[in-house]
Amino acid sequence: MIRIEHATKTFRGKKTEVHALRDVSIHVRKGEIYGIVGFSGAGKSTLIRLVNRLETPDEGTVEVSGQRLDSLKGKTLSALRRKIGMVFQQFNLLEGKTVYHNVAIPLILEHRSPAEIEKRVTEVLEFVELSDKRNAYVSQLSGGQKQRVGIARALATSPEILLCDEATSALDPQTTESILKLLKRVNQEMGITILLITHQMQVIQMICDRVAVMEQGRVVEEGTVLEVFGQPKEDVTKRFVRTVINDQVPETFYDTIRAENRHYRLEQLKFIGDSVNEPVIANLCRRAGLEVNIIGANISQMQGSMMSVFILQLIGDTDTIGEAERYIDASGALRQRLFIDWDSRTITEIPAGKGNEG
Amino acid sequence: MNDFLNSKIFGIKWSRLLTSCQQSLYMVGWGLLIGTFFGLILALVLVLTRKDGVVQGKAARILYAVVNVYVNVIRSVPFVILLVTIMPLTRLIMGTTIGSTAALVPLVLYISPYLARLLENSLLECSPGIIEAAQAMGANTRQIIRYFLMPETLGSMVLALTTGAIGLLGASAMAGYVGGGGVGDLTLTYGYEKMNTPLMILTVVILVIFVQLIQFLGGALSRKLRAHR
Ligand SMILES: Nc1ncnc2c1ncn2[C@@H]1O[C@H](COP(=O)(O)OP(=O)(O)O)[C@@H](O)[C@H]1O
Ligand SMILES: [Mg+2]
Repeated sequence: MIRIEHATKTFRGKKTEVHALRDVSIHVRKGEIYGIVGFSGAGKSTLIRLVNRLETPDEGTVEVSGQRLDSLKGKTLSALRRKIGMVFQQFNLLEGKTVYHNVAIPLILEHRSPAEIEKRVTEVLEFVELSDKRNAYVSQLSGGQKQRVGIARALATSPEILLCDEATSALDPQTTESILKLLKRVNQEMGITILLITHQMQVIQMICDRVAVMEQGRVVEEGTVLEVFGQPKEDVTKRFVRTVINDQVPETFYDTIRAENRHYRLEQLKFIGDSVNEPVIANLCRRAGLEVNIIGANISQMQGSMMSVFILQLIGDTDTIGEAERYIDASGALRQRLFIDWDSRTITEIPAGKGNEG
Repeated sequence: MNDFLNSKIFGIKWSRLLTSCQQSLYMVGWGLLIGTFFGLILALVLVLTRKDGVVQGKAARILYAVVNVYVNVIRSVPFVILLVTIMPLTRLIMGTTIGSTAALVPLVLYISPYLARLLENSLLECSPGIIEAAQAMGANTRQIIRYFLMPETLGSMVLALTTGAIGLLGASAMAGYVGGGGVGDLTLTYGYEKMNTPLMILTVVILVIFVQLIQFLGGALSRKLRAHR
């Protein structure tokens, strides 16, 4: 549906050079919600703007629905843009005009008949649940309502693709959730492919199928949401995942852990989807000579699936713990051993299989 | 009625005074209308072809530079000098250099770059995000102007035109002096040169009332246009 290959973009000022994109390739499939996450300045907006040619790459190619964008100009470019709706962080609505007028504008630009416009605007306003605000002025609406108008406007021309540039970043958490639900409906009920960018990992967790992580103009990690949340590889990704899934040892437990003078190890266990079919923790507790303390637990839902993270303190002699570790690894759960550096109170993780005898 | 018109006030006939008012309104009204037409075109060229503007490319850069220099040059020439130097042009266009209509030529030439700058500032108030949204919808340049740029900045443009109209009133005083009539002319020829102080004060009062009226009407219209923002 959207294919960006080896895109490079450098903004040159008089003295400065900003490498906004460095050899970025992504492929968004038809019907999916694809999210790009990254900190501010990572190049996300530049990337998404390639798709409707608000920005042109210095190098590399952009393809939408099998059509290369390189040579598009004038009418053909307008035609492409009508197939792609866009939603903005700051809404970018005509504040002094009515909701109706704002949603009608893309249709007016297409010279549709007044009857057609009336019909379509009514339809999309109903879809975004704003029928009652039809004649209100945009300036009278709340942020969430404004974004609904923004989405309705983007949907008016029945696009195949919806681009969302930080669509929820100006909204409070509750409103964010309702807008994300709306986007999910846009995807499922209208079959519209969504490419969104955000700096909020919750957005990715709540509605995305696949995710790319961007840092300094590069895509550093990519995969399904479960893959990336379950086994983040890059440091940035881990930092992002941590903003929504707490897989850390709670500070308050540090002293309890330290007070333990028997032999112990700290282990982090991750269960993703239904990859594990046995009650691993219950079984661990039943092992002779092993004591299990659960010192952290987090269950989260994404892509219609579950991911749970447990932090366990396994107390017992080296052999017993070693056996327990082998049992965990065999069960299919993802295990990492954690070490706390007591001076700096930081944690290092050692994934299973690497330096197992620590 | 005729008696009244023929009766005198501070040494001139009432009819003379009314004609002068009419001439001033004529010059300011038409000057503003035609000046806005040209000024708006210049302003749109400046806004659309500027760096980061909607129209990019070499031709745009050249057009911007030309219009920008033109506006600066005309604006740096004092009106009296402009008035005198373009007399041949005025004669070419109007066939004469005398009368309120002939005075429109220098007035429009003078006021349109001034309005262009004022309107340029107004148009630039339109947030880049709106333009971006327009482009993302597939709007062409004409549509961007018509459905986004102009409606978004109309209130501000009306205020700019108000300021322009007052500038025009000032300039029309001098234009009148070289044959166009008007209240300003009255002030200078009858009031100042004949040292008729009461008349001078009266005409100044009339000019002040004109300015107040323009400012009031412009402000009210602008507020109305921005009512829902
Ligand atoms: N038009 C531009 N001119 C110059 N620099 C730009 C422009 N657009 C973006 N940049 C720079 O490119 C980098 C990436 O920007 P952006 O794509 O907006 O990042 P993000 O959306 O991830 O915050 C930033 O450093 C930004 O300052
Ligand atoms: Mg951005």
